[in-house]
Amino acid sequence: MIPLYYYLMLSALLFSVGLAGALSRRNAILVLVGIELMLNAANLNFIAFWRYSPDPDALAGIMFVIFSIAVAAAEAAVGLALIIAIHRHYKTINLDKMDSLKG
Amino acid sequence: MEIAFAIIAALTLVSAVAAMSLRNLVHCALCLALTFAGIAALYLQLGAAFVGWAQVLVYIGAVAILVVFAILLTRSETSVQPVLSRSWGIGIAVAAVVFSFLARAIMTSAETDREVPHKAEPTVREIGNQLMTQYVLPLEIIGLLLTAAAIGAVIIAMKEPGRTLPASSESNKDAAVEGSTH
Repeated sequence: MIPLYYYLMLSALLFSVGLAGALSRRNAILVLVGIELMLNAANLNFIAFWRYSPDPDALAGIMFVIFSIAVAAAEAAVGLALIIAIHRHYKTINLDKMDSLKG
Repeated sequence: MEIAFAIIAALTLVSAVAAMSLRNLVHCALCLALTFAGIAALYLQLGAAFVGWAQVLVYIGAVAILVVFAILLTRSETSVQPVLSRSWGIGIAVAAVVFSFLARAIMTSAETDREVPHKAEPTVREIGNQLMTQYVLPLEIIGLLLTAAAIGAVIIAMKEPGRTLPASSESNKDAAVEGSTH
């Protein structure tokens, strides 16, 4: 059986890739994609810890991931709607150009 | 078992890096779908079949398609611009520092050499029983949240009634936006 820390390292790598993308891309859609990747890395941790937990019948890890997937879906829908509204207003989704609030 | 894990992990990581670094946005969306598929395969390998198929339905079936729609609807920039923002070096450095902290925490933790207990996979009946008894309040709240998010997404993406927009191409676009957010 695969040791638990393989899953944890994979999840940490996925989280870092998502974080690097969210911090360094300038397209708003790809920033949202990076946030989705970070959420998925956290979900993978939940499932891995649930599988390796000493209590076999508690389904808390699975329940947490089900609710987390639902919240992430709602977040993606609202985020992409916001990006479309911003694109209609500014005619761009380049984050470096949306600087109206910059002092 | 280990070979399967290695293949799925490598596929997931490579497609995640590609989704974050490719220049063409449609290629990014396709690589994103591949990443989600790899994570779903990992869930199936860990014995969480229901969550794995929910991941396939929600992420590959809905979120990736929604991203493709958003890319199509916001395609306007014709001039070639640099892909990364001005502070991309700082972003990657922050991510590397975060990863080094996480890796150090994982490697020094005593929890990570647990033996896996032998157990049967939870059936959908068990998950449904738990959702209807112990977790019924979160289930209701998540239903309310999804309803509010769907209505909010439609209202945000809808054309504002007071503003005069240039013309016919805009109204087509708005109809498509409302269709895609349902």
